[in-house]
Amino acid sequence: MAGKNTAGIVGFFSDERALLQAAAKVKDAQYLSFDAFSPYPVHGLDQAMGLRRSWLPYVTFGGGLTGVTLGYLLQWWTSSQSWPVNVGGKPFNSVPAWVPVIFELTILFAGVSTVVALILGCRLPNVKKRAFDPAITRDRFAVMIEAPCGGAAPAGGKKFDESEITSFLKSIGAQDVRVVAEEGWF
Amino acid sequence: MASTTEISYRPDVLVTSGKTFADVNNDVSAPLERWPNWKWWACFGVALSFLGIGVLLSADMFMTGLGVLGINQPIGWGTFIVNFVFWVGIGHAGTLISAILFLFRQKWRTGINRSAEAMTIFAVMTALLFPLIHTGRPWYAALWLLPYPNQRELWVNFRSPLLWDVFAVSTYFTISALFWYVGLIPDFASVRDRAKNKFRKLVYTILSMGWRGSNRNWSHYEVAYMLLAGLSTPLVLSVHSVVSFDLAVSNVPGWHTTIFPPYFVAGAIFSGFAMVVTLLVIVREAFGLKDYITVNHLEKMNKIIMATGMMVGYAYICEFFIAWYSGNPFETFAFVNRAFGPYWWAYWIMFSCNVFIPQIYWWKKMRTNIGVMFVVNLFVNIGMWFERYVITVTSLHRDFLPSSWHYYVPTWYDWGIALGSFGFFFTFFLLFCRLFPVIAMAEVKGVMASGEHVSKEKGVA
Repeated sequence: MAGKNTAGIVGFFSDERALLQAAAKVKDAQYLSFDAFSPYPVHGLDQAMGLRRSWLPYVTFGGGLTGVTLGYLLQWWTSSQSWPVNVGGKPFNSVPAWVPVIFELTILFAGVSTVVALILGCRLPNVKKRAFDPAITRDRFAVMIEAPCGGAAPAGGKKFDESEITSFLKSIGAQDVRVVAEEGWF
Repeated sequence: MASTTEISYRPDVLVTSGKTFADVNNDVSAPLERWPNWKWWACFGVALSFLGIGVLLSADMFMTGLGVLGINQPIGWGTFIVNFVFWVGIGHAGTLISAILFLFRQKWRTGINRSAEAMTIFAVMTALLFPLIHTGRPWYAALWLLPYPNQRELWVNFRSPLLWDVFAVSTYFTISALFWYVGLIPDFASVRDRAKNKFRKLVYTILSMGWRGSNRNWSHYEVAYMLLAGLSTPLVLSVHSVVSFDLAVSNVPGWHTTIFPPYFVAGAIFSGFAMVVTLLVIVREAFGLKDYITVNHLEKMNKIIMATGMMVGYAYICEFFIAWYSGNPFETFAFVNRAFGPYWWAYWIMFSCNVFIPQIYWWKKMRTNIGVMFVVNLFVNIGMWFERYVITVTSLHRDFLPSSWHYYVPTWYDWGIALGSFGFFFTFFLLFCRLFPVIAMAEVKGVMASGEHVSKEKGVA
């Protein structure tokens, strides 16, 4: 570990209840940044950690609006402006017939933008932060108190003190506490 | 306490044999980590040879021309559209399980959603082959279907239901694939973290995009999953509605009916569930996943099959009623001809397989019997293939001009290419079973935990 930058200090917990209680206590202790890790989404953990509701729905809504607009404009422009063709005497801008394609493009834009926003919001693909324990994706739960970047003293919150954090995590019931070094995947 | 009635709530046991979280990973990842046995290779060999037959016959068809198929005046649409509608329909069950059951908080979906979604994607891919090859020149078809600026300055006809179909099915494929991949990310991470082989670790690291199970990610992930479920739900209903518009928007008696969109959607879910059950009966047996895909899961699906089968049966009868009630002689003729004309045999295969045979599921003993459900659901799939055959062929073969009436018989190119489509589908499905976790591990753990939670809560109280 020596010589490498410290990514943070991790405390492991046995089940989701212990994790929920620990996360709430870590939040109250006001460390600059921390995160919880679990093999599946644990309900109530967002509140325990004090996370705000994800902003993804706004992106989806924006994507949907873009899809509606583009879907209409595409059909209006190609069918009534660029090259109007008389099909069965219908109006060049036959709006009711545009509905299915407008609908599909709405879903397409909303869905694709949601996934892109998810990937960006989760900072994926994540190359720089290696999984610190292979059991997290199996059956272990953990809380990590993250070290400030570059080791500088943070403006707000507590100072990052390894021994203090280690004893704090043990005091809130962590079964195992470990210092994790910054390490990439490859 | 004494005055209130005791309400006992017993949560559904979704995973049997008291499996732990670690067992889930071991059991689901095991097939990925061992060399496939001869049975898998035998199935894969059969699938590949069916695919090969389809490829060879299609290549011959491209060189000779579409005349090798059974289609001719007045039957311009034959088995290709039948196969297209059949495969798109198969796909619908996967989205129903992954999206609609998610919105309805049906926790039992977690054991089956991964493989059902995989089935959706491969079925839609198989379906998409047919619009491409039916043009006879598939290398141009992809260009003809999409609105793109070209030197002739021509655009596609946005008033045509066939064009709506292009948008509906390609959107459906894209969104289903994204939804599936989003669901797979945490499970790829699980496979990665237990990989001992360096190459496997690298591949699954890339596929998992470096997922770590951080709650700041889960928080976004859960919202994204819900949004995608919310988007997929109207999407899946729209897709088969638009497919039905291909027929319903025309003026052909037998096609021009307003009942088509809901009737097609019910039929799609019906056939898709039958295919899911057929596949899962084999998968749970072959990969030892009987504790995750339990008889309880299969029974629930069989109930849905029976319900949607009766919706389809209602549509068959309703069509007849409207044909008579409308007083339209052409409409009446089309339907009498459908059931009692030269294609009576196809109509009654359809009716028996889709309406009569699934009635056996009224008996719990029958709908929980693996052998019975396997056979019944095969019949459902046969029946649903014939439904599309009946709708397409019987409506066309006796048109307004009796001199052009004709009895359509598919040639062995039709049958061979249909067989090839099954080969295509099963090749992908078999590869999926060996390369991807067939059960959504993270989701199963979520429902295992909540069950435990409930029982603990009761214990405390």
